Amino acid sequence: MTSLACTFADSATMLRRNLKHQLRYPSLTVMLAAFPIVFLLLFVYVFGGQLGAGLAGHGAGGRGAYLTYVVPGILIITVASGALGTAISVATDMTGGIIDRFRTMAISRAAVLTGHVIGSLLQTLAVLVLVAGVSLAIGFRSHASALEWLAAAGVLALFAFALIWLSAALGLAAKSVETASNTPMFLTLLPFLSSGFVPTASMPAGLRQFSEYEPFTPVTQTVRGFLTGGPVGMHAIAAIAWSAGIALASYLWAVRLYNRRRAAEPN
Amino acid sequence: MTISLTAPAISARAVRKSYGEHIVLDGVDLTVAKGTIFSLLGPNGAGKTTMVRILSTLIPADSGDIRVGGHDVVTDPDAVRALIGVTGQFSAVDNYLTGEENLRLMADLRHLGRQAGRRRIAELLERFDLTGAARKPLSTYSGGMRRRLDLAMTLVGHPSVIFLDEPTTGLDPRSRRTMWQIIRELVTDGVTIFLTTQYLDEADHLADYVAVLDHGRIVAEGTPAELKRRIPGGHIQLQFAELDALRAAVSMIPNATPDDDQLVMQVPGDGSIASLRRVLDELDDARITVEHLSIHTPDLDDVFFAVTGHSAIEPATRQEEEALQP
Repeated sequence: MTSLACTFADSATMLRRNLKHQLRYPSLTVMLAAFPIVFLLLFVYVFGGQLGAGLAGHGAGGRGAYLTYVVPGILIITVASGALGTAISVATDMTGGIIDRFRTMAISRAAVLTGHVIGSLLQTLAVLVLVAGVSLAIGFRSHASALEWLAAAGVLALFAFALIWLSAALGLAAKSVETASNTPMFLTLLPFLSSGFVPTASMPAGLRQFSEYEPFTPVTQTVRGFLTGGPVGMHAIAAIAWSAGIALASYLWAVRLYNRRRAAEPN
Repeated sequence: MTISLTAPAISARAVRKSYGEHIVLDGVDLTVAKGTIFSLLGPNGAGKTTMVRILSTLIPADSGDIRVGGHDVVTDPDAVRALIGVTGQFSAVDNYLTGEENLRLMADLRHLGRQAGRRRIAELLERFDLTGAARKPLSTYSGGMRRRLDLAMTLVGHPSVIFLDEPTTGLDPRSRRTMWQIIRELVTDGVTIFLTTQYLDEADHLADYVAVLDHGRIVAEGTPAELKRRIPGGHIQLQFAELDALRAAVSMIPNATPDDDQLVMQVPGDGSIASLRRVLDELDDARITVEHLSIHTPDLDDVFFAVTGHSAIEPATRQEEEALQP
């Protein structure tokens, strides 16, 4: 096999391994899915009536209007929550004995990390479909065309890819699995400080500026634009730029950490 | 792959490695002939695991020339990796998969192909007595079964050089015997085995050649028989019924060391019939009754004591192990 074919084959093997882990021990996936669904129900049924009343320029107000408003935010928090799992699975792998076995085998160097990242991405996409299904089941309606749904999915997938690489790097940086499950927690906080749950205009100065410029806001606004109408243009460019930037920086950081852990290794 | 038939399977020259101030390997030389079992013997912290990690491309040495299968571990690690199999001290199995899936994973990473992979997996499950548990999760496996699976995973790709780092540590005596049997069978297939152990009887049973590592240096090496010949540890032990008999015997036999509490006397000697008869005849002439007699030939324990000045079971520094944990 050529080295490219080897890289591909080894990554596919590692991906199969990670998918088997997810299927065999679904508790992590269930937790990653439960988190956004609980928030969806909480925000729509508990806070939704009141929050919906305050939505200016977002339809007639009320719970239904808030549901329409919050679903893109919930989809973003699904992506953030999905990324948490990557840090845990990467750290679990790095602290186990099997990683040393892989290192003494003539397998493609990138395969271990690629397997984790693609595995987490597929997991996140599956959970996104589930969360979107629950949203539709409780009354979320979209006028989006198939192409717009696809565009929204693409933006979410790209952002997920970026956060998963970031989480993989955090998992590599962690000294223990416990640390790895805590350090990426901030990812689930940032959606609340974005336009995901309430319009940024309602926030006090300072927080508003932060929220307008943090990456979760343009991603949320882009998805919202595709699904429920609203401007997309500049938001989409910002969303893609943020995603590409985070993905690239995190990838480089992760690979550096991976190599340093094996600093050890003559290469 | 071009490997000269006469080249050793493993050769290491002047290998040095230290972690900060702590010197783990202090100029180790060793050569392992093809198709033999080489045992690196030493107490905890002697540097055995570090040596295996260096030879198996996991960590670089600070200096030294190291070749496995003729390939330099520094300049051509992938060629080395294609030849070797490593079963470490800590189990390197995937706990979330079944035994069969673990082997499948190895077969895929070795690019064996579907048919060949399936055949190899069935063969190894059979050979390691794991067929019944093949589809069970690893949480149901005993310690011995995990070690066997670990070794089976190492063998999937038909490695020609196998590193076994303390393969029986923590196993019960029966599982240990099973592992020994498996290890012996491997060599009949022509593979070379580099085995580390802190058990002297293990090296004695398995190894063609033994090197004793202590504080990062090879302090003795040779075949188990050669090592034992170098050590004057042999003696006969005579047991008496009463103290008077012991006292009388000690006064007659030169170099005898008595133990008044146990009522025994040790007489150094090579264990030959002639020397044995001489001692017994003398005691018989003096009408001293010997209750019991046993002959001790030197074992590797004596070797270890003689060459290191301390017992093999002495808990040595754990610094090495700690230094290895990142």
